Amino acid sequence: MKIHEYQGKAILARYGVPVPKGKVAFTVEEAEAAAKELGGFVVVKAQIHAGGRGKGGGVKVVKTVEDAVTAARNILGMQLVTHQTGPQGQKVGRLLIEEALPIEKELYLGITLDRASGKNVFMASSEGGMEIEEVAHHTPEKILKEVIEPGIGLSGYQARKLAFGIGIPAGSVNAAAKAMIALAKAYDEIDCSLAEINPFILLKDGRVMALDAKINIDDNAMFRHQEFADLRDLAEEDPLEVEASKFSLNYIKLDGNIACMVNGAGLAMATMDIVKYAGGEPANFLDVGGGANEEQIKNAFRILLSDTAVKAVFINIFGGILRCDILATGVVNAARELGISVPIVIRMEGTNVAEGKKILAESGFNFGVADGMKDGAEQVVRAAQ
Amino acid sequence: MSVLVNKNTRLLVQGYTGAQGTFHATQSINYGTTVVGGVTPGKGGSTHLDRPVFNTVADCVKETGANASVIFVPPPFAADSIMEAADAGVALIVCITEGIPVRDMIAVKQFLKDKNVRLIGPNCPGIITPNECRIGIMPGHIFKPGNIGVVSRSGTLTYEAVGQLSALGIGQSTCIGIGGDPIIGTTHLDAIQLLNADPDTHAIIMVGEIGGNNEEIAAAWIKDNVTKPVIGFIAGQTAPEGRRMGHAGAIVAGGSGKAEDKMAAMEAAGITVCASPAEIGQKVKERLGL
Repeated sequence: MKIHEYQGKAILARYGVPVPKGKVAFTVEEAEAAAKELGGFVVVKAQIHAGGRGKGGGVKVVKTVEDAVTAARNILGMQLVTHQTGPQGQKVGRLLIEEALPIEKELYLGITLDRASGKNVFMASSEGGMEIEEVAHHTPEKILKEVIEPGIGLSGYQARKLAFGIGIPAGSVNAAAKAMIALAKAYDEIDCSLAEINPFILLKDGRVMALDAKINIDDNAMFRHQEFADLRDLAEEDPLEVEASKFSLNYIKLDGNIACMVNGAGLAMATMDIVKYAGGEPANFLDVGGGANEEQIKNAFRILLSDTAVKAVFINIFGGILRCDILATGVVNAARELGISVPIVIRMEGTNVAEGKKILAESGFNFGVADGMKDGAEQVVRAAQ
Repeated sequence: MSVLVNKNTRLLVQGYTGAQGTFHATQSINYGTTVVGGVTPGKGGSTHLDRPVFNTVADCVKETGANASVIFVPPPFAADSIMEAADAGVALIVCITEGIPVRDMIAVKQFLKDKNVRLIGPNCPGIITPNECRIGIMPGHIFKPGNIGVVSRSGTLTYEAVGQLSALGIGQSTCIGIGGDPIIGTTHLDAIQLLNADPDTHAIIMVGEIGGNNEEIAAAWIKDNVTKPVIGFIAGQTAPEGRRMGHAGAIVAGGSGKAEDKMAAMEAAGITVCASPAEIGQKVKERLGL
């Protein structure tokens, strides 16, 4: 789960990571009050989950309350386009009003999982404020890494090594090390899957602070973090994806016109691949899971078809636990109930496939029945043209 | 004729009396697997599916001589179940559970370091040696005994590859579903080392997907050590960056974990890489000159 910058900062502050004074604002009036309270010299920051907000015009530094109000009025409600939002952008519904600070140096801190060792790795770089992927690509030697030992956390010596290594002056090293250890502790305790502070700043007066915070929480760990449930911002998610999640369907909206319904994540990805290979463009990723029932199949259908770009549907099921007859019944019932008008190509294999094919043949619908994945993909691409 | 599991495997089931445990234990028993009993804390002393139920894995191992365990325990308790099996000295632990937090698996990985056990999974379909032993959730009837080893991160994509092989009359030695999570007990490399050492495995199918770099690591080892034909496929060639494609581990992030990089590394290692998932069986046939 992704959370907003202001939410991430609030959590990090509880762990002792220094953050600027700031307030969230949902309206221009709230933004004005916050700017007043902070003395007028503030930064007005759009709160959306995507990165690259500054370049897209979602961050403004202002000197007076009046200018803060103007900036808030301009940014609140805008469709903010960044390299991570896609061309349609993301509507800004919240602002963070924060004290403006005299910056001496912009640095980078981050934590992520190293899959090979099965341990988290703390990364620090002197090149803050830039895309860390760019730094990793062009000057990998400028990213310093320390492995976080499970059960121990980031040790003081590791944090100091990183702090000195990224050029923090001696007088600020202890404060920086303390912030790093706090970040590592927060990462572990709140089950993060990613934490980035970019930039982590050194101020003119020698203090250090997290000027940004990108925190992702492991979805699988949400059962032990009920306190974070209301941090989810549904406005940041695709409405069809939100709807699908209510039925335990794994759906991701894409840009093509061929809807895919598949069981299993690997086969669902491979189905998208083969549609593309056959010359089409998938409209979505959809994994209905290993044990889908009729009701889920019906809801999956409804969600697929509410995407108006869809011109044809490809159902690709390798029935193991999910039996082909159950699937076929679900598809036929959904077609009846929802009045499906686009062509449907079905490829079924596995448990009870003969019964499944019989149900489809006797349904009265003109389903395309495919012989294998390749045939199915080619049929559905033709049907969508 | 196989790796890790065969007719001598004595399987215990953790989460034995639950719906999933009951369903799949029954399937395994019907397939001919020696299921010796199971564990459900609090139900020790009772009988389920004509086999004894124990309160702890240690009790079950002591009484039944189990040497493998399959775990059907919900995510909040699954990591604990893996550690319990390891502590009881169960040599092969197969964890089917999907949705275990990464933090729990970091702890499990540490815990297993000094134990002489192998973990497969989590979030995996299990392992099968056709006609001998089925551990997990795979549909047994699609498999056929033979000489192709299969290793895959995905369940249904394993079935797809196996379905193609069986339809061509080509059987399998052992099929290992290693799981779709970021931290797994047995990696592509581990599985390929086992299959490479098995004299009855004549060729290997390696199915990967986006996320991480385990396929690249395995490819580098294959290049220097494997003379058997290896046929590969990577799912997610069309997946958008930054989105998790169903599996917790299937994500292209920060420019790493891309399908194209994995495919290039595999090709450089002499692996026959299938561009389309529909041609896996056919490519095996061609490589073996059948």
